[in-house]
Amino acid sequence: MTEPNIRILLAKLGLDGHDRGLKVVARLLRDAGMEVIYLGLRQTAESIVAAAEQEDADAIGLSMHNAGHLTLAPRMVAALAVAELEIPVIVGGIVPDEDVAALRDAGVAAVLGPGAPAEEVVDVVRRAVDQRRSTG
Amino acid sequence: MDGDDRSRWSKAYEGAVLRDVPFETMSGVPVEPVYGAGPYPGQYPYTRGVHPAMYRSRLWTMRMFAGFGTAEDTNGRFKELLHHGGTGLSTAFDMPTLMGHDSDSGWALGEVGRAGVAIDTLADMRDLFADIDLATVSTSMTINGPAPILLAMYIAVAEQTGVERSALAGTIQNDILKEYQAQKEYIYPPRPSMRLVTDMMRFTTAEMPLWHPVSISGYHIREAGSTAAQELAFTLANGFAYVEAARSTGLPVDDFAKRLSFFFNAHIDFFEEIAKLRAARRIWARWMKERYGATAERSLLCRIHTQTAGVSLTAQQPEINIARVAIQALAAALGGTQSLHTDSYDEALALPTEEAARIALRTQQIVAHETGVTNVADPLGGSAYVEELTDEMERQAEAIFAHLDELGEGSILEGVYAGIENGYFVGEIADAAYRFERGVNDGQRIVVGVNAFTDGDDPENRNLLRIGPETEDYQRKRLDAVKADRDGQRVQDTLAQLTSDAADPTLNLMPPILDAVRAMATEGEIVDALREEFGTYVEKAVI
Repeated sequence: MTEPNIRILLAKLGLDGHDRGLKVVARLLRDAGMEVIYLGLRQTAESIVAAAEQEDADAIGLSMHNAGHLTLAPRMVAALAVAELEIPVIVGGIVPDEDVAALRDAGVAAVLGPGAPAEEVVDVVRRAVDQRRSTG
Repeated sequence: MDGDDRSRWSKAYEGAVLRDVPFETMSGVPVEPVYGAGPYPGQYPYTRGVHPAMYRSRLWTMRMFAGFGTAEDTNGRFKELLHHGGTGLSTAFDMPTLMGHDSDSGWALGEVGRAGVAIDTLADMRDLFADIDLATVSTSMTINGPAPILLAMYIAVAEQTGVERSALAGTIQNDILKEYQAQKEYIYPPRPSMRLVTDMMRFTTAEMPLWHPVSISGYHIREAGSTAAQELAFTLANGFAYVEAARSTGLPVDDFAKRLSFFFNAHIDFFEEIAKLRAARRIWARWMKERYGATAERSLLCRIHTQTAGVSLTAQQPEINIARVAIQALAAALGGTQSLHTDSYDEALALPTEEAARIALRTQQIVAHETGVTNVADPLGGSAYVEELTDEMERQAEAIFAHLDELGEGSILEGVYAGIENGYFVGEIADAAYRFERGVNDGQRIVVGVNAFTDGDDPENRNLLRIGPETEDYQRKRLDAVKADRDGQRVQDTLAQLTSDAADPTLNLMPPILDAVRAMATEGEIVDALREEFGTYVEKAVI
C-alpha cells in the first residue's frame, strides 16, 4: 500500500477518432486513484514517447477502433524501445481475439476487449505496472 | 378542427399512389391507413409522419452503408447489395480519406482501406462506381471535412460517363458541426469549415436539384455517448445553425431548406427512440416556420435516415446482435423513418462480412414486408405513453436550445460555435457516456451477454472480414501511377487557384475544387491547398 501512485498516459494513436471508450477508461482509472494524463486524439508514436518521458508515465494506454492495431501498436512499442523507455503498453478497443497473440508477441503488455468490466481494466493496468516495477 | 384535418388528410391520402399489397392483418382484417386524432401524417407539425400515406405508398429506402479495401472491392459489395434488393448506395470511406490524407501519407500507415474504402484521386472514384448507372441510383457519401472534394469527384465521374450533375440524386453528409462535438473527423477550424458547407449548399441549390447537401447527423452524437434527448437537441440545433449560416450568405430559406435531411440513431430503448423521431419532426417544422420564416411545406419536413445503434452491439455472443438490430429497425419504422441502415451483427468485432451484411438487410426486409407495421401510419400515435415521451423529448430539447440561444446571444449558430469552443458538447456527451458505463458496471443496467447471461460465447468460431496490408501496398502503387501519368503543371495551377480563391470569402470554392479534381490532384493536395488559408483545428483534450 506504500506503492507510489500509478501515472498512466492515455492516447488515441493515428487518425481514429472514436474517443468514447478512452474517455470512460480515463474517468474510471482516475476514480480508482490513478493519475491520468489524457493526450487525446491524433497522437503519433513520437508524440506519445515525448509525453511519456516528460510525464514520467508508468504505463501507456492506447485505444484502437479502426483495425490498424497490428500496424500501429508494434510501432508504439518499437518507438519506446528506441527511446530506451521500459513502459508497458496496454491496448484496448476493437481487437479480434485472434490478434491478441500477435500483439503480445510484438511486446504489448495487455489487450482489453470491448465490454471489459471496470475492475478488469484497473487490474490489468496495476499488474502491468507492478510487473515493470519489479523487473525494472 | 379535427374534422377539417381529417377531411384534408383524406383528400391527400386519396391522391397518393399506393403499393399493390393488401392492407389487412394476417387474418384478413382490413385496417385503416391511420388511427386516432389529428394532425394526421403529412400535416403540420408532422409529428405523425411526413407523408399522408407513409409506407402504404412507399417503403423506406433500404440503404446499406458499405466500404472497405480498394475501390474495386467496394464496387463489388455495392453490386452485391443492389442485387439483393438494396435500393440505394451508401459509401464508407477509410480514415485517411475522411481526414484528408492520401494513402501514401505517414498518417495513413496501417489505416488504408481498413474502416472504409480508400479514395485518393478521381481514378479511384471512377473504379468505385464502375458499371453502376449514376443517373438511376441514389448515392450517399459519409464524409465531412473533405466533403466538397468527394462531391466534386462524384460529379466528375458522372460527367465523364455522360450523366449531367443535375440528374445526380443522393446525399453527402457534410455535417461538420457534429465532428467537433462527437465524431472528431474535422480538418479546419469551425468557421472556415462552415464556409465550405455553405459553398456546397449554394452550389447544389443552383445546380443539383436532387442532391441533399447536408445530412444533419445525430447518429454520431449518440454513438459518442449522448442521451436520446441530447442527440435530438444537438442535431436540430446544428440544423438551425446551418439554416442561419446559409441565410447569412443570402440564400432564401425556402430555396435550400427542402434539401436538408437528417440522420438519427435507432437505439435499444424502444419507445424513447420512437418518441425522439416524432419529436424531431414536430420541433423542426415549428422552428422552420416560426423562427426562420419558411413557408414552403417541403422546408418544414424533417426527413430522416436512421441507422441502428452500432454502440449497442456486443462483441460477446455476436449472433444475438441480430435480435437487437431487429428491435431497433422496428423502432425506426414505427418512428416513421425515410431510409434505414441496419447494422451487421459482427460490427463490434470488425467490418461486416458479406454474410452479416446480407442478414442485416434481410432483417429490415422482414420488418418491412412481414410484420404488417407498414400498413398503418404512426401506429403508436395516441398512446398516452408515447405521446408523453414525445412531449418530454421536446421539452428537454427546448431547454438545450434556450441554453445555446443564450450562449450565442440570440443566434443558434453562434451558440453552437461557443459550445464547441467551451467544451459544452463534448463535456455533456462524456458525462452521459460515463453514467451509462457506470450503470453497466454496477449491474444496474443489464447488457445481455456482457454483464448477464454470458454463457454460450464461442470466440473460436468467428468468421471476420480481414483487410490485409496488401490493400495499402496496392493503393500506394496506384497513387504513384496516377501521379506519374498526370500533367504536373496543371495540378499546380489548379491548386494555386484554389488557395487564392479560398482567401476571398465571396467566391464559391466548388468550381476550383472541380478543376483540381479533374486535373487529378489528390485529395490530400486539395486539402492542403485549403489548409494554407484555413489552418488546422486542434481539439483541447478534455475528459
